[in-house]
Amino acid sequence: MTGKKKTLGQLIARDKYLLLMFLPVFVYYIVFCYLPMAGLTMAFQNFRMGSGFAGVFTGEWVGLRWFTQFFSSVFAKRLIRNTFLLNFYSLIFGFPIPILFAICITQMRQKGVAKVAQVTTYLPYFISTVVVVGMMTNFLSPSSGIINQIIKACGGKPINFMGNPKWFRRLYVISGSWQSFGFNSIIFVAAIMGIDPSLYESMKVDGATRWQQIIHLILPMISNTIILLLIMTLGNLLNVGFEKVYLMYSPAVYETGDVIATYVYRQGIESKNFSYASAVGLFYSAVGFVFVVASNALSRRMTGSSLW
Amino acid sequence: MKKLDSFRTQTLSDKLLDVIIWTLVLFAMVVTAYPFLYVVSVAFSDGAAVARGDVFLFPVGLSLETFKMVMEYDQLWVAYGNTIFYTIVGTICNVVFTCLAAYPLSRKQFFLRRKLNFFVAFTMYFSGGLIPTYMVVTGMGLYNNRLAMVLPVLLSTYNMMICRSAMEAVPEDLFECASLEGANDFYMLVNIAIPLIKPTLAVLTLYYAVARYNDFFNAMLYLGKAELQPLQMFLRRILILSSAEILQQAGTAGAAAAAQNTLKIRYVCIVLAAVPIFCITPFVQKYLVAGTMLGAVKG
Repeated sequence: MTGKKKTLGQLIARDKYLLLMFLPVFVYYIVFCYLPMAGLTMAFQNFRMGSGFAGVFTGEWVGLRWFTQFFSSVFAKRLIRNTFLLNFYSLIFGFPIPILFAICITQMRQKGVAKVAQVTTYLPYFISTVVVVGMMTNFLSPSSGIINQIIKACGGKPINFMGNPKWFRRLYVISGSWQSFGFNSIIFVAAIMGIDPSLYESMKVDGATRWQQIIHLILPMISNTIILLLIMTLGNLLNVGFEKVYLMYSPAVYETGDVIATYVYRQGIESKNFSYASAVGLFYSAVGFVFVVASNALSRRMTGSSLW
Repeated sequence: MKKLDSFRTQTLSDKLLDVIIWTLVLFAMVVTAYPFLYVVSVAFSDGAAVARGDVFLFPVGLSLETFKMVMEYDQLWVAYGNTIFYTIVGTICNVVFTCLAAYPLSRKQFFLRRKLNFFVAFTMYFSGGLIPTYMVVTGMGLYNNRLAMVLPVLLSTYNMMICRSAMEAVPEDLFECASLEGANDFYMLVNIAIPLIKPTLAVLTLYYAVARYNDFFNAMLYLGKAELQPLQMFLRRILILSSAEILQQAGTAGAAAAAQNTLKIRYVCIVLAAVPIFCITPFVQKYLVAGTMLGAVKG
């Protein structure tokens, strides 16, 4: 079958329909993914307002000025810390819950109830961030929110949750977990369902209790899925949901709530410091790149499979 | 009775396990469902009861006045119409582009397969970030243009990869037979690959439709004109920025009426916005596992 190696022209002629099919996709990636990457030259230049898109490439070169400015500013440390902590807490708190929930769902004898529980719990995943944050804002409102009504009814003082930096991370993490634990459990439920039923039977014959089945059978059997997803999450450790932070935060909670992505938005889109903002954005992308590459390498080594 | 018997014969530790499982699952269900139930109850309750703080679980004194007030506000329908437009056009483009990308990348003999796979995957590792993307989109003249809600998000690389793995799983013989009969790749994509990966495509269509329906960020960046803005921008004004525009248009005079209606208006808006999502998702639910699994187990 191998025969002579085909020339490029022959290959193009053979795969012409595939090439034609991919062409619009190629154009999309070039324009909306690779052109912005090229546009990162802005980060080393001084973009002049009013120079249009061409100005992205034609500004005066200023070297690392914007990076120096960012790292010597008071914001750098706070932004990096907030970005990291917000994700770190989300991981610590949010990662185990879907696993626990999946075990409960699959170990339930009443399959009907389990089904209802599954359908109910993954609905919030599809609700928009605006609605989730909107519900949170209104539930927690110091004057009319139900939470503060309960606090008042119990004789406590109303708490201004959304305006208090102490609460920002907790609210972000709890609401995030609330929204996604049901959906994230789907994959673990599928992994547990995939375990050979005869393994349960043979453990039962040996006199194992259901606790022992969970600890000595289910957990080891889904450990690969757990590790893979954990590594994936680690790869995105700096990818804060910009939208949610943006909708939740206010100047009052910048201390804990302001993250790199929101800072880039304020500096770039709001204050029009395009070059400075793209420099901060480049730093952010670069760190994200390192995380993803590292987690992928780790995944390949530990589980034999990488994401792409 | 049989169930009860088997319950009695269980060991104490197994009974304890059942109790713990039931507690956790019920807790999870209550925690997820209660906020929605509360929102619906407030939306349908009598304004005075809401203001007194009487509503906790079920509606108190049915009243549809606020629904009427919100639905008479034209901006809501402008926003709703825009969202329907963006969702339909956006989802169709998303699915078409996803298939157009996934099929060539799934064909094993395609000579550029490896190179193009890398070309696509690299965008998941690294991106130009917010500002350069903003410059490209506005530089193309898409500011205040409906296409700004469609073109920058024509496909999601991650979803495309799920689609690609599904197509890779289609038996090679089918394509070989078809190509011996003289079918070209467009014919094979439409008549072989797509029909065989319908469950995956159903899930991806759901993901895309929900993403387009919920898209807020692109609207905030690129749509300054109110008449172009989607529902999510409208919701943000009402829910988070506490805009009183609906009350003002309705012309409800008096502080008491305002106090009674402010909260209700917001919850009515949530109900109206969430209805389509709650109607659609259960239908695709049976495919959800298939679509999610492929994303994680591809090698």
